[in-house]
Amino acid sequence: MNNKDKQKVTTKDIKAALHTSSPIMVTFIVLGIGYGILMQEHGFGPVWSVLSSIIIYSGTVQFVSVAFLSTGSVIMAGITALMISARHIFFSISMIGRYRNEGKKKWYLYYALCDETYAMLSKDDGPDGVNTSAYRLLVTLFDQISWVFGAFLGGCLGSILNFDSTGIDFAMTALFTTVFLQQWIDAKNHVPAILGLAATFICLLIFGTDFFLIPAMIIIIGVLTLARKKIEAPGGEDDE
Amino acid sequence: MSEYSHAIIIRLVMGIATFATRIIPVLVLGRGKNVPDYVLYLGRVIPYTAMGLLIVYCLRNVPVLESPHGLPELIALSIVTATYLWKRNTIFSVVTGTLVYMILVQFIFTI
Repeated sequence: MNNKDKQKVTTKDIKAALHTSSPIMVTFIVLGIGYGILMQEHGFGPVWSVLSSIIIYSGTVQFVSVAFLSTGSVIMAGITALMISARHIFFSISMIGRYRNEGKKKWYLYYALCDETYAMLSKDDGPDGVNTSAYRLLVTLFDQISWVFGAFLGGCLGSILNFDSTGIDFAMTALFTTVFLQQWIDAKNHVPAILGLAATFICLLIFGTDFFLIPAMIIIIGVLTLARKKIEAPGGEDDE
Repeated sequence: MSEYSHAIIIRLVMGIATFATRIIPVLVLGRGKNVPDYVLYLGRVIPYTAMGLLIVYCLRNVPVLESPHGLPELIALSIVTATYLWKRNTIFSVVTGTLVYMILVQFIFTI
């Protein structure tokens, strides 16, 4: 495949990316609307919601940021965002190999690497016969556009759209669960899957809901490093 | 400082902090095309641990000790698992599980 072919985006790539993104897009639009409504209630219109969705682009951070917007301390806002987003360190590390040939595009791919996009793109190279590079960029883009669009809608229509969406965020849990199951089916070695669940759960019990992610990631990377020979042995993970 | 300039500064700070967590690992561990073997290994294996981490993260605020004791989550997750093992269709499982969950928390397990 020469360089020119690599940059071409075909309808097939777009279809595959839409298919992958569709559950995320629906949920992001609904959650984005919820965010736009919340912002409006605090006196910030659709332009502000769209700006936040571009500058921050992290659902959890954006919802928390609302509390800081008018009176919060700048330093606390920064520390809070760092704490909440620390899990992304973990995700970015695992995309370094996959994105190493993406050139300038990789800055966008990393900037917009939210939990959901990561869950879909860390799986594999994408469907057969699809231009992986274009597919990854499109999935990332569709996810962010949906979030920005939802935030804009929520900001414009505000309380008119105030339907009861309680529980919609479960879609994210469901999405991660399906990826978990598919990985379980594909993997020969289930140690990493169990490690991820167990280490995080134990850290949640020990450190509480605000501080458990960083110790969990340290333990996971520690165990993965120490057990590398075992995990990489024949019969271990092998998806390259 | 006006209310709006404060809001802009807060956004920028939180945006930079979020972006930092996404980009610093790349700047430290793999800027060029030659990525250390160890980092490639982590990249292969971390996704298999990260879904468990994300699932626990999503469920971190479920009140297990208080009513309804995480029952809506348990039921909905069982449905996601069963439908996925049956059909292997992500969209179908996500939509079914989420609808069931929304009905459970909005109409059945109301406090």
